[in-house]
Amino acid sequence: MTKMVATRDAYGEALKELGERNENIVVLDADLSGSTKTSVFEKAFPNRFFNVGIAEQNLIGTAAGLAAAGKTPFASSFAMFATGRAFEIIRNSVCYPKLNVKIAATHAGLTVGEDGATHQALEDISIMRSLPNMVVLCPADAIETKQCIFKAAEHDGPVYIRLGRAKVPVIFDENYKFEIGKGVELKAGKDVTIVATGVMVDRALQAGEKLEEEGISARVINISTIKPIDKDIIIKAAKETRGIITVEEHSIIGGLGSAVAEVVGENHPARLIRIGTMDTFGESGDGFELLDKYGLNVDNIVNKAKSLL
Amino acid sequence: MKLEQVANEIRKNIIKMLEKSKSGHPGGSLSAVEIFTALYFKEMRIDPDNPKWVDRDRFVLSKGHGTPVLYATLAERGFFPKEELDNFRKIDSMLQGHPDMKDTPGVDMTTGSLGQGLAAANGMALAGKLDNKDYRVYAIIGDGECQEGMIWEAAMLAAHYKLDNLTVFLDHNGLQIDGKTVDIMNIEPIDEKFKAFGWHIIKIDGHSFDEILNAIEEAKNIKEKPTMIISSTIKGKGVSFMENQVGWHGKAPSAEEAAKAIEELGGGLND
Repeated sequence: MTKMVATRDAYGEALKELGERNENIVVLDADLSGSTKTSVFEKAFPNRFFNVGIAEQNLIGTAAGLAAAGKTPFASSFAMFATGRAFEIIRNSVCYPKLNVKIAATHAGLTVGEDGATHQALEDISIMRSLPNMVVLCPADAIETKQCIFKAAEHDGPVYIRLGRAKVPVIFDENYKFEIGKGVELKAGKDVTIVATGVMVDRALQAGEKLEEEGISARVINISTIKPIDKDIIIKAAKETRGIITVEEHSIIGGLGSAVAEVVGENHPARLIRIGTMDTFGESGDGFELLDKYGLNVDNIVNKAKSLL
Repeated sequence: MKLEQVANEIRKNIIKMLEKSKSGHPGGSLSAVEIFTALYFKEMRIDPDNPKWVDRDRFVLSKGHGTPVLYATLAERGFFPKEELDNFRKIDSMLQGHPDMKDTPGVDMTTGSLGQGLAAANGMALAGKLDNKDYRVYAIIGDGECQEGMIWEAAMLAAHYKLDNLTVFLDHNGLQIDGKTVDIMNIEPIDEKFKAFGWHIIKIDGHSFDEILNAIEEAKNIKEKPTMIISSTIKGKGVSFMENQVGWHGKAPSAEEAAKAIEELGGGLND
């Protein structure tokens, strides 16, 4: 049976490992350390952990000052509040001065589940992607998450890392090598391409298998760096297959689908269908049932892929 | 040069650069001249030849529109040539409308959007404590700026983490763009508010070097609390027709007005 691990749990472990080998790492949280898993770091390195209380603007502003004084801060909250409430501080105090702040935000997307629409960030990729100097990462599983965190720490400048609440299947093995800016072809195919990110990579793979059973050769690509996006792998797919489906647990406006459309439109126009939330808010419910309800399901990916042939 | 003379030179350079840029904020720059002069010419451990020195005292201009006084002070102190002041707010200049730490030697934090600088100063003070460094962090906030919620988030944090290496000046000139602070959105009693948030409070005349320097010394001896030096100032101080005039918050003087202002300040520029 597939191992199930939430990316936020992998984040907590990665932070602890980072903290052991790099004294410069400090971690900040806004009263959600038990949920974001920064509590794992706090337990190991209490002196390098700062809870700022329920104050996300202060979370990012304080992190900016720590970075200006030479530290490498990881600041965490839920994706909704980290990117929404603190947007302008991220823009003016972090991205504009290109300070070395890593914003690792958990509970992104519909899979937050029962807490409902106020807590389900579906536009965070869009707004983070629009900021100069910002790198945007959205890992698919626990293994990729850990590597994203390590690479983010090595990168000089702001990084946004989008993490989830729900346990998701582990896709990669320990030999997997993540690189910022590199997409990965997970399944070869020549008829159609499915480009997915985050939680949806697993469902994209399932859709790929299903299409294969029906005699359709589907390529599946994991894009975990949404910015800077791997143009080459997308242009290649546009040239070699008959169309591209993008799949993300995020609004179709401004996220992965938009990023892929920009690359395709400017380099090699191709048929493209975006699967994501259709300019709508989420609601309460089981996270995976919500994915199904909002069209982020295997059958929808399969049907949309077929419609391109 | 005596501090009073330095302050006068800075005032003249503020007027001169604003006249050239035809844009910028004279009122809240002139109100903070003595505080800047005391910090940069008497108190702060800084090296203009090594602006990124890791053990330097830090300064954050949270009321970032005060760039004229910041740049005039940095130039006077030797962080960059005074000729640069002529390029203030112009295209391709290192002197942006609001402070930019990437491009301007001596600027420790990028600010401009009100409320954000105090949190950044907190972060620097936390880093100093973590690294067992003895540098101090100074910041200036505006009175209108205290209407930003983020100031109070930061005020809580500074007291909670006992940031006694942080000294903040509140440039209390009583005016903001739309009028008197008391009419637009009253922040008083501002001393009691910061006191209730856990700060050590000192109230001074923000144009008196003795009071400024004594307050800085007092703050250095306060343990386990950040210090807020509430400085009564006059917006537009030193130029008769700008003093206490809200219209001079964000308007540059014409050539005639600048000449008149420079004349009031003793005329000429000793550079």
